[in-house]
Amino acid sequence: MTNSLLEIKNLRTCYKSLDGLVWAVDDVSFTIEPGETLGLVGESGCGKTTIIKSIMRLLPRGAFSSGEISLKGTNLLDLSIPEMRKVRWDKISIISQSAMNALDPVYKVGDQIGEAIRTHTTATKTDAWKRAEELFALVGIDKARLNEYPHQFSGGMRQRAIIAMALALNPDVIVADEPTTALDVVVQAQILKRIRDLQKKMNSSMIMVTHDISVVAETCQKVVVMYAGKVVESGSVKDVFENPYHPYTMGLKNAFPNIKGDKFDLISIPGYPPDLADPPKGCRFADRCPFASDICFVEQPASEEVKVGHMVACHHIDSIDEIREQAKKHDTWAKLDKELA
Amino acid sequence: MENTATNIEKIQDKETDGYQGIDERPVVYKLNNLKVHFPVHQKLMNRFKKDYQVKTVKAVDGINLTIRQGETIGIAGESGCGKSTLAKTLVKLVEPTSGEIIFNGKDLKDIGRTDNKAFRKQAQMVFQDPYESLNPRFSIRQTLEESLKIHGMKSKSKRTERILETLTMVGLRPAEKYIDRYPHELSGGQRQRVAIARALVIRPTFLVADEPVSMLDVSIRASILNLIMKLVKELDLASVYISHDLSLIRYVCEKTAIMYLGRIVEFGDTEEIIKNPLHPYSQALLEAVPNTVPKEDGIMISLDDEAPNPIDLPTGCRFHPRCKFATEICKQRDPKVNNVNGRLVECHLYNEQSMEQTS
Repeated sequence: MTNSLLEIKNLRTCYKSLDGLVWAVDDVSFTIEPGETLGLVGESGCGKTTIIKSIMRLLPRGAFSSGEISLKGTNLLDLSIPEMRKVRWDKISIISQSAMNALDPVYKVGDQIGEAIRTHTTATKTDAWKRAEELFALVGIDKARLNEYPHQFSGGMRQRAIIAMALALNPDVIVADEPTTALDVVVQAQILKRIRDLQKKMNSSMIMVTHDISVVAETCQKVVVMYAGKVVESGSVKDVFENPYHPYTMGLKNAFPNIKGDKFDLISIPGYPPDLADPPKGCRFADRCPFASDICFVEQPASEEVKVGHMVACHHIDSIDEIREQAKKHDTWAKLDKELA
Repeated sequence: MENTATNIEKIQDKETDGYQGIDERPVVYKLNNLKVHFPVHQKLMNRFKKDYQVKTVKAVDGINLTIRQGETIGIAGESGCGKSTLAKTLVKLVEPTSGEIIFNGKDLKDIGRTDNKAFRKQAQMVFQDPYESLNPRFSIRQTLEESLKIHGMKSKSKRTERILETLTMVGLRPAEKYIDRYPHELSGGQRQRVAIARALVIRPTFLVADEPVSMLDVSIRASILNLIMKLVKELDLASVYISHDLSLIRYVCEKTAIMYLGRIVEFGDTEEIIKNPLHPYSQALLEAVPNTVPKEDGIMISLDDEAPNPIDLPTGCRFHPRCKFATEICKQRDPKVNNVNGRLVECHLYNEQSMEQTS
């Protein structure tokens, strides 16, 4: 895998806080091939947004990363600030979390898209406006609305305008940070479909950050499941969701309501994620895991390949059949809930 | 309009009596042709024009619903379909324009200022965003104690006892550890538990939950949903659960009402609606719910546009501009409520079927 588009190797990102150093992202590696969509899933606070900020080099002051983020062979972490500024938007663009806040309320939407184009190219104002019109056609908004202000747009349209902006310069990688969390299901389905179609048409790669595993199932080919700053399981969406190896992935699946097929009881994962200022010594999921044994509390599990491209970090890969069977039962998790309480 | 209203009532009575066996649980809420309209602000100069008309947003436009004790009714629909307005009207945060709300045999209109307190003690609401609905300067004790004080629980030790009991009930254990914390010390899921505790601390008989999990992580949603279900059962509450996501409603509610632009377009057993949606809008809404089963062929959606402006509603059936089955009659006539095997569907497609049934 030498010609991957984006390769992240042993990325560690640290925030300085009053309680000392917090390693929000700890030894994360994954790769993205051209034209591929990768889903980054995990609970709030598991470090998924920190990874995005590390890639974009948008971390706040006092935070630093180590490791390697190479985009077509250049390590982004080595670039100077002006060099990095050229990469942003031109090579990597971002669709941010809340469409409500990502647009400037006092400028026309068309001018905001035009600004992004003109900063990175030599296009004139009229060229940029024309490009913006094309982009709006692409995301399905009437071009006359480029003259309007963000407050005149509905939530779904604002999100589409942001997608248009992210596509403006045909970037290699698009990063979508929870693009649909604030929207209702109908608009969510529309946006996801649009993102998927456009990405196919333009053959750009994408990182989809979300806590919603159904969004990943609908849009991505590969998935990286994160827990407390570490990758617990990664692989193709089909492998990971149909044959999960890590108890956390099973827990996430149990907790997720399904609309198709028969109704099953929702089982939530007991407890809360650990404090990253003082992370546990062994496996970070150990205290919430019903299958944890002594070794889990002492030693961090190494990542193992169970199938081509399917990596799992768990001590109990060998007894997977039994774990899968047990994880489906309500009692397994309920017992642990009582112990924790 | 009046005609259809009585019609629906008849069918709904028939439905609860005939189809589900006689439901003897006491009726807590009865809504009769409830309407909530909001006036739209217009340019001052327009008022002097000859054809000046007061425009209104018809947020809730003719709703009939019966809520019984121990029953959870789900209300589903897109944003802007009026589901939150309906919730607020139920707990008297918004006054209805017309129609009546009968709460425990009493019309809400007749409840004056003095009785208001007694009403609020019985009907409580859980809001969407636990980051905004809790006062950051109140500790959990203060948050929960306030309503107890207002509703006349004088003894301090009794109040503390009740607070601890409620906190344990919502799963914040050990309660002593949480009682003196502030909202910023809690995670989103814990905050929502506090919000639920605040609603339940005065032991209401009716609870409205307005998208209580939409701001929470998917992994925490399950535990909050399970909690709401457990509490509704334990305290024998009548409740309304509002969400745009039918997969969540499926876990909490026995019956579901699908709302579209201020009207209930389909009403019936939740599981049956999910397995076999009748109204074209219900079908589209179900298709939009994302699924955890990975698929290669892409997302299927039939609604590729936005709902029409609620100020200028389309004539006839409100859904006809987006409906793939729409015919001439849909553009001209308001659909009436049809009873299809105990399911209430407001759609012209089922006109004949319903006639066959009655004949």
